[in-house]
Amino acid sequence: MANKRPFTDMLADSMPKLVLAPSFVIMMVCIYGYILWTAALSFTKSRMLPQWDFVGFDQYTKLMANDRWAVSSQNLIIFGGMFILICLVIGITMAILLDQKIRQEGFLRTIYLYPMAISFIVTGTAWKWLLNPSMGIQQIVRDWGYTDFTFDWLVNSEMVVFCLVIAAVWQSSGFVMALFLAGLRGVDQEMIKAAQLDGASLPTVYRRIILPSLKPVFFSAFVILSHIAIKSFDLVTALTGGGPGYSSDLPANFMYAHAFTRSQMGLGAASGMMMLGGVLAILIPYLYSELRGKKQ
Amino acid sequence: MIYTQKTSPIQKLLRVALYAVLIFMAAIYLLPLVVMILNSLKDVEEIRSGNLLALPQDPSLAAWSKAWSSACTGSTCDGIAPFFFNSFKIVIPAVIISTLLGAMNGYVLAMWRFKGSELFFGLLLFGCFIPFQVVLIPMAMTLGWLGLASSASGLILVHVIYGMAFTTLFFRNYYVGLPRELISAAKIDGAGFFLIFWRIVLPLSPPIIVVTVIWQFTQVWNDFLFGVVFSGVDNLPVTVALNNLVNTSFGGKEYNVDMAAALLAALPTILVYVFAGKYFVRGLSAGAVKGA
Amino acid sequence: MNKTKAAIAGLALAVSAVVAQAGEVEVLHYWTSGGEAKSVAVLKDLMTKEGHDWKDFAVAGGAGEAAMTVLKSRAVSGNAPAAAQMKGLDIQEWADLGFLADLDGVAKKAGWDELLPSVVSDIMKFEGKYVAVPVNVHRVNWLWANPEAFKKAGISIPTTWAEMIASGPKLKAAGIIPLAHGGQAWQDATVFEAIALGMGGSEFYNKAFVEHDDATLRSDKMIEIFKMFKATRDLIDADSPGRDWNIATSMVINGTAAMQIMGDWAKGEFTAAGKVPGKDFICAPAPQTEHQYTFNIDSFALFNLKSDEAKEAQNTLARLIMEPTFQEAFNLNKGSIPVRQGMDQTPFDSCAKLSMKDFSETAKTGNLVPSFAHGMATTSAALGAISDVVTNFYNSDQSAEEVVVKLANAIKASM
Repeated sequence: MANKRPFTDMLADSMPKLVLAPSFVIMMVCIYGYILWTAALSFTKSRMLPQWDFVGFDQYTKLMANDRWAVSSQNLIIFGGMFILICLVIGITMAILLDQKIRQEGFLRTIYLYPMAISFIVTGTAWKWLLNPSMGIQQIVRDWGYTDFTFDWLVNSEMVVFCLVIAAVWQSSGFVMALFLAGLRGVDQEMIKAAQLDGASLPTVYRRIILPSLKPVFFSAFVILSHIAIKSFDLVTALTGGGPGYSSDLPANFMYAHAFTRSQMGLGAASGMMMLGGVLAILIPYLYSELRGKKQ
Repeated sequence: MIYTQKTSPIQKLLRVALYAVLIFMAAIYLLPLVVMILNSLKDVEEIRSGNLLALPQDPSLAAWSKAWSSACTGSTCDGIAPFFFNSFKIVIPAVIISTLLGAMNGYVLAMWRFKGSELFFGLLLFGCFIPFQVVLIPMAMTLGWLGLASSASGLILVHVIYGMAFTTLFFRNYYVGLPRELISAAKIDGAGFFLIFWRIVLPLSPPIIVVTVIWQFTQVWNDFLFGVVFSGVDNLPVTVALNNLVNTSFGGKEYNVDMAAALLAALPTILVYVFAGKYFVRGLSAGAVKGA
Repeated sequence: MNKTKAAIAGLALAVSAVVAQAGEVEVLHYWTSGGEAKSVAVLKDLMTKEGHDWKDFAVAGGAGEAAMTVLKSRAVSGNAPAAAQMKGLDIQEWADLGFLADLDGVAKKAGWDELLPSVVSDIMKFEGKYVAVPVNVHRVNWLWANPEAFKKAGISIPTTWAEMIASGPKLKAAGIIPLAHGGQAWQDATVFEAIALGMGGSEFYNKAFVEHDDATLRSDKMIEIFKMFKATRDLIDADSPGRDWNIATSMVINGTAAMQIMGDWAKGEFTAAGKVPGKDFICAPAPQTEHQYTFNIDSFALFNLKSDEAKEAQNTLARLIMEPTFQEAFNLNKGSIPVRQGMDQTPFDSCAKLSMKDFSETAKTGNLVPSFAHGMATTSAALGAISDVVTNFYNSDQSAEEVVVKLANAIKASM
């Protein structure tokens, strides 16, 4: 009796685990369970609804031979890469500019931040008007007298993917700015003062002290931005509908079309698995090095 | 903030350039909103014949009132107003529950680490990246099995589940930055798990609660895919109504009504950013972005 | 006092619950545009008059893509709607999976077999039993033209594809866009389908798009058709990508464009704008398809439900859809023709009358063909494969010789 711990103590000890348990179960079922389910589905010839006739790697072979899949995965690389890069560059530049004791900072910040509040459906619709050659920016500039001005990316198969980048950057760069601004405010002021007393110039202070200390912010911003890039689906639907042709298709749209509209659920599942595989390949090394680097 | 003492003419010039750049950027960010507001105040003929940036000759709120209460969203023509209530009915519980869950999870992951808790966090982080299109069918099967198909509760559950990863991330990163001594002292004093959370951690949490609530509110309010699939006919959110409205036309597209409806649908989230944006950045500074 | 109040409130609640449950039909559809929404409203009114409750579940977007997603998710969660808009081979697939309700009782009583042409009833039946109820027949191979625009250019409305291409420069010279078109995959397919039918003939069309005969798909004829298809690109303005069909129609209505190739749902836009057929706008069969007819039939499939009230309401819905009152009112709004044969033709306009005449004539000559662009001819997988190839060709510099190989391969891969 004496060496047995009271039940309440044991309960208290395992409380953290108990609290985490529901989330753990949910995660294992609704994220990893569903991923496994999708993986299994990708090896079947499921058409309209899930059916469990296994066909090996057939769906993956079909996917690799599919022209539209090639276009959409290529688009994701271009779109994702440019979107993340431009957002980071704009975000950090604007944050630094805004951190110079600006009057009306709160007002400007709200303007930069508000696009994040808007759904991609609304963003897509608004930019569809602005980018439309006969209504939007092209026409406005021509009305000002520059009749040779051309800005027709939205209807140009080669350039349309950059329209997606424009709209997505418009939406998310303000948020990245806010992240970096918050990071800048957290930098140790003593260190900056000390460096300035030592005669370091402003650019040097930024390069040597401030930017390196923002590394965790880069990490958070990267995770959030890549999350947005991979899930970009509504934007394509609202802005381009995947067109002209299927030149602005992204993998999420490809998967949706095949799994739901075209009764090729097996192929859709295979493309979903390829997307997850891609995320895994890019993200895991990064997450690993970041999380490890922190511990040391 | 960088402190500079003397101001030379060059520095003054730089200041002017700085403001010019900031204002120019603000103009670009505002452009789509301005275009939408301007054109929502025009009539259809003026939009067709005129410049998108031209000021309305005879500003009228007719398009706004039509979008709100009489535009067609299918075979019913009551505008998007009835759907606002549906959206709130879903957003409010979903935000509250997922924030609470995130706070508890973050608290454990930051302050009560155990063997495997880091692995759990890593798995959850990766879970953020699951494309939502993948989960539709298995989720529908699960909800059917739970008896929650086509109900507001089912949709709330879905939003809580897929919002959990981000809310947990926010709270964990914030709590990691809190001083350790606070907690260890309380532990030595014999305070339990919930007491520490309630007495010490929660009172320090408002900044991150603001960030999480804003983030979740925006995500859930703006969702279309889950809303249309899981809500059932009686709980369709405003995004679905907006989608129907902009796809409806009677002998010509009413751009002004479309734009007014889009603005109305976006209004709650924009207001949240405008009024709580200050706390948002403050909350982020307070630690949400430190570490990962 | 309070107890009685509560009891009364409870009773009222219980009563209202019973009333609400009796005969409620939840109808999932994607008719939100122009005449479409009006047409659904007609059905809704009729159901309400019969004492049933109509729950309108409209999901707009991309030829029902979003609606189909909703339907699939609802079906696997064991909570299908009472009725869903569905067409063509999808009906067979759903029935095969055992989701659809048997409508033979209603059909027998109302004599659907006598009222429907067999091309239509074949699509509605699975293993000899009715599982769906047809609403209307759309003709897809229409040419909509603005006579004012042609007068301005001093030419007549083209009757062959070659003439159509030739009309381009003259219309452009008069400042008019020759062909109003929305650059979306299904609209590209709609134009392509009309050219294939006109230049290839009905037999060729069936071989290629119904049977998917490999040799036909790779034939020289097909190359020729693709070349003509590409030639129509010159008739279209640069801003077409992403444009909705009804925006393109409004271009014809207001005279910025001269023609549009589109199914007769476009007529709903003309009439909603107060235009009169034969005077303000012309409806003619698409070039070289005067004696041919590509049909697109809208229908509702009814899902297996458990409760008797719901079944009762479903049967009422099916019966009402086939009754003359609805057939007339609906089709007047939507621009299509009644699927029910032997109806009074007087209320219909000249376009609809022409459609009715051609429908029954082509049925006899074998020139009544299913529209592949609208999912009547082939599975949604094959349709997806074809429209990917077609739309990509239209928007790239692929050669016609290359594209026929792509087409044949893509169809094979979708099987």
